[in-house]
Amino acid sequence: MSDAGVPVTAHDVDAPIEYTGATRVGGPLLAIRGVEGVGWDEIAAVRLPSGELRHGLVLEVSGDIAIVEVLQGTGGIDPELVSVAFEGRPFDVPVGDGWLGRVWNGMGEPLDGGPPMLAGQRRPVSGAPLNPSQRDVPSNPVFTGISVIDALATLVRGQKLPIFSSAGLPHLELAAQIAAQANVAGENFKVVVAGMGLTHADAAAMREVLESRSASGDLVLVLDSADDPVVQRVLTPRVALTIAEFLAFERGQHVLVVLADVTSYCEAVREVSAARGEIPGRRAYPGYLYSDLASLYERCGRIKGKPGSVTLVPVLTMPGNDITHPVPDLTGYITEGQIVLSANVHATGVYPPIDVLSTLSRLMRKGVGEGRTRGDHMALAAQIIASLARARSARELADLIGAEALTETDRIYLDFEDAFYRDLVNQRPDEVRSMEETFERAWRVVSVLPERELTMMPSASVATNYRGSLRADNAHADVIEHDATSESAEHRG
Amino acid sequence: MTNRADSGRVERVNGPLVEVSGLSGVAALDVIEVGPLRIAAEVVAIHEGRLTAEAFEYTGGLRVGDEATAQGRALSARLGPHLLGGVFDGLLRPLEGGPTWLEPGSLVARPSTRSWPFVPTPLELGAHLESGTLIGTLMSESGVQHRVLVPPDVFGKLTWLSGAREVAESDSVATIDGRDVTLFELWPVRRARPARARLRTDEPLVTGQRVVDLFFPVAQGATAAVPGGFGTGKTMLLQQIVKWADVEVVVFVGCGERGNELADAVADLMALKDPKTGRDLRERTVVIANTSNMPVMARVASVYTGMTVAEYFRDMGYRVVMLADSTSRWAEALREFSSRSGELPAEEGYPASLSSSLAAFYERAARVTTLGGGEGSVTLIGAVSPAGGDMTEPVTSQTVRYVRCLWSLDRDLAYARHYPAVTWRHSFSLDDTLIANWHAAQGRVGWSESRARALALLAEADRLASVVELVGIGALPSRERVVMLSGRLLREGVLQQSAMSENDAYCSPKKQSALLDMVLAVHDRCLALVEGGLPASAIEEIDLTAVIRARDETGPDDDAGVTRLRDEVLARMGTS
Repeated sequence: MSDAGVPVTAHDVDAPIEYTGATRVGGPLLAIRGVEGVGWDEIAAVRLPSGELRHGLVLEVSGDIAIVEVLQGTGGIDPELVSVAFEGRPFDVPVGDGWLGRVWNGMGEPLDGGPPMLAGQRRPVSGAPLNPSQRDVPSNPVFTGISVIDALATLVRGQKLPIFSSAGLPHLELAAQIAAQANVAGENFKVVVAGMGLTHADAAAMREVLESRSASGDLVLVLDSADDPVVQRVLTPRVALTIAEFLAFERGQHVLVVLADVTSYCEAVREVSAARGEIPGRRAYPGYLYSDLASLYERCGRIKGKPGSVTLVPVLTMPGNDITHPVPDLTGYITEGQIVLSANVHATGVYPPIDVLSTLSRLMRKGVGEGRTRGDHMALAAQIIASLARARSARELADLIGAEALTETDRIYLDFEDAFYRDLVNQRPDEVRSMEETFERAWRVVSVLPERELTMMPSASVATNYRGSLRADNAHADVIEHDATSESAEHRG
Repeated sequence: MTNRADSGRVERVNGPLVEVSGLSGVAALDVIEVGPLRIAAEVVAIHEGRLTAEAFEYTGGLRVGDEATAQGRALSARLGPHLLGGVFDGLLRPLEGGPTWLEPGSLVARPSTRSWPFVPTPLELGAHLESGTLIGTLMSESGVQHRVLVPPDVFGKLTWLSGAREVAESDSVATIDGRDVTLFELWPVRRARPARARLRTDEPLVTGQRVVDLFFPVAQGATAAVPGGFGTGKTMLLQQIVKWADVEVVVFVGCGERGNELADAVADLMALKDPKTGRDLRERTVVIANTSNMPVMARVASVYTGMTVAEYFRDMGYRVVMLADSTSRWAEALREFSSRSGELPAEEGYPASLSSSLAAFYERAARVTTLGGGEGSVTLIGAVSPAGGDMTEPVTSQTVRYVRCLWSLDRDLAYARHYPAVTWRHSFSLDDTLIANWHAAQGRVGWSESRARALALLAEADRLASVVELVGIGALPSRERVVMLSGRLLREGVLQQSAMSENDAYCSPKKQSALLDMVLAVHDRCLALVEGGLPASAIEEIDLTAVIRARDETGPDDDAGVTRLRDEVLARMGTS
């Protein structure tokens, strides 16, 4: 405090002035009077008489009053005794490789008993928008080792592809599996997982699944728990994305970021907005929720002339399983497709319980094909999806008028649908499937259909891969017999 | 100017909302600059000498006591020959060549270092020139000739006109009424550029997209809205129009949308050639990009900026289409600011002025006689992103009131991978009769009748489909089964269109009519066969994939190829 008493010239602060006493305390907010030279959105150190240090953000400056939002809440703060120092910089974290292989809390403090992240270059966690004219178009796949995703909704480097789920479904399990297995076929690959508002049980389960990847130094785990202060939850994904951007664009890594659960994040945004006294929009979420979510989701991508990429998989639970709820709705408008989990599929015991007809990876076309996955990948996926749509309408018809009234072709489609869930979708949560195996399985499923139904496939591909109609006489038994073994191709050949 | 204070003081900062005192001589909607980074902000209210302004960039670090200065004008777009082929932000600052990360204050509109070859129009010195008079052109390799006009607010005696020479940004090319005219001009974006008269819109904007051109055509100078929930292919449809619309200039405003998508669209434009001129499509396109993570307040400006650019080219006598994706994000930005400034909210938190703002915006689209006496048009196509897919939400329901065409995107169609997912049930075109006359004048006399027959068939097939869901197809009489079949042929062979296919991405009006007439001819033949006693099940067994594949297996303009395929199919079907 060598400068104490000397008027500070604007924007050139070395040692911050400490102000003692707040004129108002309520919710997460403190009002401090008599301040000078405080900038909007800068960080404040809030010191309690006990010596406890909390962090705050400047929400508003007006005349000589600054409104400070305390990240850890204002519980236990005596307005007369609290002192606040403004640090003249936004909330930032040091960047570097030291994050890897460790577990952190939502603000980037160690949770694993290790040392704090050593101060390197600091970056504001809010990031800056990427110049859209310098974005490179995503064009290569990320393999998740999960057949249904890799085959039908391929994740592409630089893409944002959310998982829409609802309470009681294994979305966290799926997210952890993706985080544990994802790879880009031999190139540098890192994973950053941000847990937001996770219960301790969920967080523990996640840590366990991700342990080996973390141990090999390829993973950063940032965990904000359900009982952590909500203001911190608003920062958690930003901390994770700041780390990811550094690893991707300065270290040249392909980085996958998993954000779970975005719904908890949005609840936190809503709670903070209510505490600020803002006018509520749909379902009392603030009107800027779209822009706020975009400021997270749009931090994925690739940059022209740089080797790395940030790929984003946000996980969100749809309250009341309602896809028109603001959180999934606004997410869907920003992200490039969605993976939708379904309670109906879950009830049949299939994992991962993905509703394939609602699932879409908009960038898939850019990430698959000859030289990336396989030449017939796109056509194969289109054929499977179209056939499932036909199977679904046949199923609905059968429910109304009875399966006997269906045409022979429609009945084959029902068998196709069964084979699809059994042989392609169903997979163990710890099972990694190669693309070869996934394609082999996909063709086996498609081969349940008669050849004339494969109208979307190039004929050359059908000639090489089609197995004769697997259903021809008693397809059911035939398919079951070859269940889940990747050698079946040779048996059949 | 004595009582004018050149510099004021920031008094309050709350996100983009900034209050300033001590700055006089500032009018509402003028732009001021605040803080050491000189962030631009638009004044939205003035109360007892205190200005309320909305900043166009992130205001982090801005302090009470920081300096504020007036720009002395309303938010203005810098119009000039640098626009075509470029990518700009919502304030029309070039993004290409800018920094990778858009930190506040990092993007500046630098004076161009380029020069352009100016060729004057033969004009007498001393002549009286009206606004909009052509004073010269720029020779360029680009497909669109840049016309240099007397700006809207300048007229009078021509005292000097440059000879043919290379002209830089700061060089003047003429002196009129004592004022220097350069290649560049500033125009306040919220003010519509003037024209001599509005004209009737009776010529279609050919988009090459069958569902639009055949069923819900939009006229040059009219408006269309494209509402659709996420995943319904809204952006894809708009991008197809960017590529193939039959106009000289395209202005695409990416307003609060995805960065990757924008990068992809621009990369596509680089790779594609204009089918008519053989030039890069990009040369006729201006892209304004304010992606969803860029500052919200610049999003409000971006649609007005885009419209101003469109009008600028309209005034040169060009046909322009402007696409705004998405107007809902613009409306949300309006809402965000009105809530910050404490305005009373109306429906769903939107300001009560939403409806009038939308109306004023859509009304800027027009076909006009320009000030210079030529003819130009701006056709406006706005995407709408209804929250929760709810078509009754304020932005959608208000927009629908002001547009001439509605292309509703349907989630069920998109899920069935029927693209473009424009539903024939809830879409409309108010200009269909005028456009039918235009087609008739082009020799497509049956256009209107075929369209009406097809729409009726689609409606009947939909009605029957709900019956079939209950009783199965077997319970329908033969004629109705044929209608179901023809409905499918229409959907798959005419309405669906593959943006990825070289043959199908663009479809000329001739080929469109040929495809439609093929399906109708097959329908008639099927009916004849059924009436001749052939059971419907036998008709359903006929291989009609050729009808569906025709769109993909004939060239974009190959109506003769389609007709040949039709004759083959009909020959194969035989007659009763």
